[in-house]
Parts: sequence; C-alpha cells; structure tokens
Amino acid sequence: MTIAIEVKSIDKQFVLRRSRSIKEVFVWLIKGRKGELSEKFHALKGVDLEVQQGETVALLGFNGSGKSTLLKHISGVMIPDSGTVRTRGRVAGLIEVGAGFHHDLSGRDNVYLNGAILGMTEEQINERFQSIVDFAEIGQFIDTEVKFYSSGMYLRLAFSVAVHTDPEVFLVDEILAVGDEPFQKKCIAKIQELASDGKTLVVVSHDLDLVSRICDRGVLLDHGEVRFDGPIHEAVAKMRGQ
Amino acid sequence: MTQTNSELVRPGVSGGLADVVRARFLLKLLVRKELKVRYRGSVLGLLWSYVKPGVQFIVFYVALGIFLGLEQSPTNRGGLPNYAIYLFSGIILINFFTEALGNASRSIVGNGGLIKKIYLPRQLFPVASVWVSAVHFFPQLMILLVACFFSGWNPNLIQLLAAVAGFLIVALLATGLGLLFGAANVYFRDSENFVDMLLMIATWASPVMYAWTMVQAKVGDFWFTVYQMNPITIAVETFHYAFWLPTTDGAQAIPPHLLSLWIPVGVLISAAILLWGQLTFRRLEGRFAQEL
Ligand SMILES: Nc1ncnc2c1ncn2[C@@H]1O[C@H](COP(=O)(O)OP(=O)(O)OP(=O)(O)O)[C@@H](O)[C@H]1O
Ligand SMILES: [Mg+2]
Repeated sequence: MTIAIEVKSIDKQFVLRRSRSIKEVFVWLIKGRKGELSEKFHALKGVDLEVQQGETVALLGFNGSGKSTLLKHISGVMIPDSGTVRTRGRVAGLIEVGAGFHHDLSGRDNVYLNGAILGMTEEQINERFQSIVDFAEIGQFIDTEVKFYSSGMYLRLAFSVAVHTDPEVFLVDEILAVGDEPFQKKCIAKIQELASDGKTLVVVSHDLDLVSRICDRGVLLDHGEVRFDGPIHEAVAKMRGQ
Repeated sequence: MTQTNSELVRPGVSGGLADVVRARFLLKLLVRKELKVRYRGSVLGLLWSYVKPGVQFIVFYVALGIFLGLEQSPTNRGGLPNYAIYLFSGIILINFFTEALGNASRSIVGNGGLIKKIYLPRQLFPVASVWVSAVHFFPQLMILLVACFFSGWNPNLIQLLAAVAGFLIVALLATGLGLLFGAANVYFRDSENFVDMLLMIATWASPVMYAWTMVQAKVGDFWFTVYQMNPITIAVETFHYAFWLPTTDGAQAIPPHLLSLWIPVGVLISAAILLWGQLTFRRLEGRFAQEL
C-alpha cells in the first residue's frame, strides 16, 4: 500500500482576540511585553492521520471540532505550528461550494477560472468542458452570469468542475447539502466511482447516513483531537452515542 | 488501482514568483477576469481608461501649463516647449504606477475568500494587478504616441530603449511594493492607507508636472542626487527623454548621466525592492489563510 496523506502530530493554535489598537500595543510594550497580547485557541492537538491510496475516509465531529481546519492543512492552505503534513499526487480541495467562482462572470468563464485554480491546464479544460457542462446539467445557462444561478445550479457546476480535475486526493467539505435528490445521487455515484478508481477521498459531513454509504473508514475529531479511528459504522455509532 | 510515482510532498510550500510563471494560464484568466469585472455594466467600458487620463491631463495642463505658466509661449520664454507632451508622458507612467500599486496592495485581502479555501500561488494576485494596470497603460500610450506624431516626434533607437527600461523600472517597483504591502495589509489594514499616501507623494516627488532643473536649482547637488535615486524619477525622465525631447528642438537638458548611471541605478533599486517584497511575502504568506 502507498500512503497518500500523512499527517504527523500536527498542532495548530489560532489567535482569538487581536488587540491591535495602538494604545493597547503601546501599553503592552511599556509594561515590558508581559503576558500574551492576545488569547490563543488550540484548534488541533497532536493530530495523527495516515491515509492509504484508495481509501475513503470520513471526518466526523461536532461543530468546531476542527474538521475543516484539518482539511485546510491537508490541502496546504494552512501550515501547522508543529508536526508535518505530506501528500502524494495532486490534491483537490472542495472546501466550500464554489470558492473561486466569480459572480459577475458567466458559467463558462467560471469553469475555466475554477478549473485553472484547481490546477487544470488549458488543454485539459478544453477537452473536458463538454463533459463538465453535461454532468452539471445546466445546459443553456452556461453563458449566463452565475449570480443568476440558483444555489443548486451553482453547486452542480462547482462540483462538476472539481470532479473533472482528476486529482489523486479529493477533499470534500460539506458540499453535498444543497443539491436536489437526483443530483445528490449522481454525486454519490460519482464519488463512489472515483473511489473505485483508486482515488483517495476525505469527506467531511454531518450526514451520517450518507458518509456511511460512501466511506469505509471514519475518523472522529473532538476538540481538535482524534477520538476514534476505525471502521465507519463504529465511528458513526460512537458519534451517535456521544 | 492507479499508482503514482510521485513523492510525498509537503503541501502549501510556495516557490515564490517561479510559481507564477508555472501558473501563467491562471494568471491570464485572472487578468481577463479583472478586466471583465472592472467595467461590468458600464456603457463606456474600456474607454474609461482613455477618458480618465484625458480629463486629468486637460485639468493639469490648464492649471499648471497655462495658469502657472509652465508652458513655453511667445510671452513666456522661460517655460517648457511642448509642455502638453512633457506632462502627459509623465502622467501615464505615474497612472500606471498608482493603479498597479494601489490594486496590488489590496489584492490579497480582496481575494481573501479564495485564499482561505484553496491553495494556489498567492503571488498571482499582486502580479495580476500589475498586469491589469499594464493593459490599461497601453491605450494611454497610444494617445501619447498620436500626440507625439502630431508634434513632429522623431526618436532614435536609444531613446525608445530608454522608455522600455523606464517602464520596466516602474513595473518591477510596483510588483515589489505590491507584494510587500499586499502581504502587510493582511495583518495591518493600515498599510492600504499608507500606500495611498505614498502614491500621492509619488506624483509630486518626481518631475511629472515640473522640470528636474527646478529641483536642482532649489535644493543643490546633494539633495538632487537623493531626488534622483527615486526609481520613479528616473523612469519619468526616461519617458521625457524618449517622447518629449524628440518633439522639441533638443535644446532642453536631460539629467546628466541618465543613460550611463541612472537607468542602471533605477533597475537595481527596483530589483532590490522586488526581492525584498518577495522575501517578505513568502515569510508572511503561510499565515494568510488564518488571518484573513
Ligand atoms: N482563522 C481562524 N482564526 C481563529 N479561529 C479559527 C480560525 N479557523 C477556525 N478557527 C476555530 O477553530 C475551531 C475549529 O474550526 P473548524 O472550522 O475546523 O470546525 P469544523 O469542525 O469544521 O466545524 P463545522 O462542523 O462547524 O464545520 C473553531 O472553534 C473555530 O472557531
Ligand atoms: Mg467545517
């Protein structure tokens, strides 16, 4: 087996309250820089995670437990305070619906822009353009500005671009909630197809039924610590039991 | 199962400006997006980048050239010949700098939504801002050239190359400062206002409206050398040398050693600032996502 994602005891602290007024900083300096200027918050505490290539992993946990933060570390958006993160192959993070979409551009322009943001080359986008539009089923709206899309259409296009980037590692954070039933089914089918192609998936979702269908392994986060790591049904049971 | 031969790598490690070169397709799309979005829903569209400097030019020309007597005329022998071209060639360069640096300093915070969610080379944003400004510079240059031709412009190759060097000096400087202040703006929004102030000074701290000889006459050699160290001053002088001087009888003096000394100095200073901006940016960018 090959490791796709290797997270080694990473820690992350956020600065909560920033006292940036000149007066406060001045007083702090005068007093000999005593104490912390701002409060710290420990969002990830010694998180270890190793994901093999082709694994499908669900990250579970309550609001604020650090799931999104962990995904951001895997995608490289954030850098840990200590510990290391390493990944193999191209990582596509779908952290939020349509991050990178621009409201005043048409669907077509957004497909190109978002595709390039997610690391596709011009030829790849040209090649897959039709397939992206077909998958999203937005038809004649492709040349309309996306601000006139419904939120579901928006999601479809964003999701469609993301799955067509053909990454080795696919990070999905809470994005399946907006689509209608048929499209959700289609997305799940697509995700399962990716998984059976040997892609690595890390999915964050509060929909426990959904993740137990897509994923084999569940990782339970609680206040920035890994509480449980094992088969998905056990993780879901733990999550429900808490 | 697909097997990849690639290594385990740490994500989010930036390669600096080299990443921008690698992501030039994305750069192209970002520039195109900026151009499209800037003038959305406006009737004049890109024409605005002709109209605004045109009006600015008329205002300055009337106020400075005619009222304050900088334009040479039969009744005013001490003025500058072809002051209109003198003025405009400086103004378009300053406009380029102002727009480039102003937008580059805001670009990181402005694209915060994206930077927080997806990893991509963040240097792209300031660089794209400078690029967009270069696109807006182009129509202004066209207007200048038309005016030059009507005034009997007759440059030689060295003069044209000097103008290219002047443009490069400003572009490097704007990129360097844009990286610096764009990154600093994430932590201290004050830097936006600081840049605005800097830009106001930049317009007056280089011989755009007046002649460099006036500075030399007033402040003496030492301070004039300091004045000359400003890369924008050097760049504006190259533009005068390339666009304005060949329309006059050539009797006007250009600053001594412009070609042999000051252009290389300007390039060096700008390159050093670019390096500094780039290093600072790389040091600060790791924490962008959490600070935005
Ligand atoms: N940039 C930041 N600055 C300060 N605190 C942050 C920052 N990002 C996240 N946090 C804090 O870190 C904690 C974990 O946030 P995170 O977004 O990872 O939670 P989550 O598990 O994804 O929750 P949810 O289920 O609501 O999406 C939260 O308490 C949040 O307030
Ligand atoms: Mg979250």
